[in-house]
Amino acid sequence: MTATALTHVREEHQARLAPVPLARVVRVELRKMFNTRSGFWLMASMVILGVLATIATVLFAPDEQLTHNTFAKAIGFPMTILLPIIAILSITGEWSQRTGLTTFTLVPHRRRVILAKTISSVIVGIAAMLVALVVGVLGNVAGTAIAGTDLVWDVSVAEFGTIIIGSLLCLLTGTMLGLLFRSTPVALVTYFVITLVLPTIFGILASNAPDFADVRPWVDAELARSFLFEGPPVGEQWAQVATTAGLWLALPALLGLRFVMRSEVK
Amino acid sequence: MITIDNLSKKYRSTVAVDHVSFTAKEGRVTGFLGPNGAGKSTSMRMMVGLTKPTTGTATIAGRRFADLPNPGLEVGVMLDASAQHAGRTGREILTIAQQTMGVPARRVDEMLDLVSLTATEAERRVGNYSLGMRQRLGIATALIGNPGVLILDEPANGLDPAGIRWMRDLLRDFADRGGTVLLSSHLLSEVEIIADDIVMIGAGRIVAEGSKADLLRGVGSLVGTADLGALRRALHAAGHDTSVSTDGTVSTDAEPAVVGQLALAAGVPLTHLRTAEGGLEDRFLELTADTARERTAA
Repeated sequence: MTATALTHVREEHQARLAPVPLARVVRVELRKMFNTRSGFWLMASMVILGVLATIATVLFAPDEQLTHNTFAKAIGFPMTILLPIIAILSITGEWSQRTGLTTFTLVPHRRRVILAKTISSVIVGIAAMLVALVVGVLGNVAGTAIAGTDLVWDVSVAEFGTIIIGSLLCLLTGTMLGLLFRSTPVALVTYFVITLVLPTIFGILASNAPDFADVRPWVDAELARSFLFEGPPVGEQWAQVATTAGLWLALPALLGLRFVMRSEVK
Repeated sequence: MITIDNLSKKYRSTVAVDHVSFTAKEGRVTGFLGPNGAGKSTSMRMMVGLTKPTTGTATIAGRRFADLPNPGLEVGVMLDASAQHAGRTGREILTIAQQTMGVPARRVDEMLDLVSLTATEAERRVGNYSLGMRQRLGIATALIGNPGVLILDEPANGLDPAGIRWMRDLLRDFADRGGTVLLSSHLLSEVEIIADDIVMIGAGRIVAEGSKADLLRGVGSLVGTADLGALRRALHAAGHDTSVSTDGTVSTDAEPAVVGQLALAAGVPLTHLRTAEGGLEDRFLELTADTARERTAA
């Protein structure tokens, strides 16, 4: 038994020692997001929360607000919270669960692994948004039928596009925090600090110092992202989205990537 | 073949690995022996590119690990059997490795079979595995790509005696078919059972190196006899030193073959005669005693 299991494949693949293709690493990383207990329930809870949000909207929203936009927002909110957590865990798990010992020896190019993880997180993010769209459509159809109001389709393709961009920026913030800290609790706490505490501080600053109010959209990533969620940004709002993303996402992500490249995997 | 050349790792003030060079040859099981904290794991992490060396290189069949296109097909690595996501099943862990390497899916079942993990055990989450089961799963992961080289850190740790024997047979078979095995251990007895060659490391430096036979040879004999006086006289007459332990066993610097001849000539019946393997063990114990932990305890 021992001998056969160990020898008969050798000739088969010894001939084709091709490098591990990126698409394969992406597929494996996608699988790793679902095949743990925590990963599975995170994904499941996104769908469950989306359905609950739809039901809650049907039950509690005033009849005149039963529009596609209301449903989309209700479903999108839990997703923007959960997607970054999925992105964080995808990265930090390699360190906190120490699976990196295997991952980085099977693919000894960390940049490639991180790229694959980022791509698979984005795939999950886009898939989640599409699910939200479908659930929102069903909710809108069912909700208006129950309430007896007219169907209102008030989410344009452009709006849906910017909502996807906004959600992906949230998600990539998770990726960035994962790279930067490589520790699940630290990354999670920091994530809630920068999404909940920081905007509050910016808000207080803006109301006390009128000068800061003008600067705020250029430094407050949450505020800039809200331009994406509240319908397509106009004029310099795009520049503000780009600036805050550079400041709060791209720069720290590059720093985090540097840490990942240098760190010792134990 | 694994070639380690002048490998060092320095952390701020401490030197974990100090200019280590050796080779692990094809067809041989090389035991990397040393007390805890001697630098075995750091050396192994440097071999597979998880830790950057301060000096030196490690190559596998002449290439750096990072230059291997699909490392899993050439080198099976197990650095820590417990370094697995507790919430993942054994089968999933093998499937991840199988898919990354791009080998046929049936390899997963073949490997489970090889390491004697049942289908039910494979469906359980690794968090519920015993250390011995994790070691088996780790070995399965290392072997799934059917590599020619194995790098295993403390593979026998947590295995029961039957498990250690199984591991020895598996690695023996692997080496006999031309494979290279490098395994570490902090237990001399384990390495003695499994390895052909031994590299002994202490405080980051190699302190002894060679085939097990060479390292264990030439350190004298342990002899048992009912007639202590006659045996010792015969040995002394031939110019050998002797000493008697409390249980009546005679230790001498003469090799077993010499002792046998002398005993026959002197007409002394022996109850047992074997090589004194104390040489390597003494050096190993010396090394272990040198660590701070033992010194403060003493």
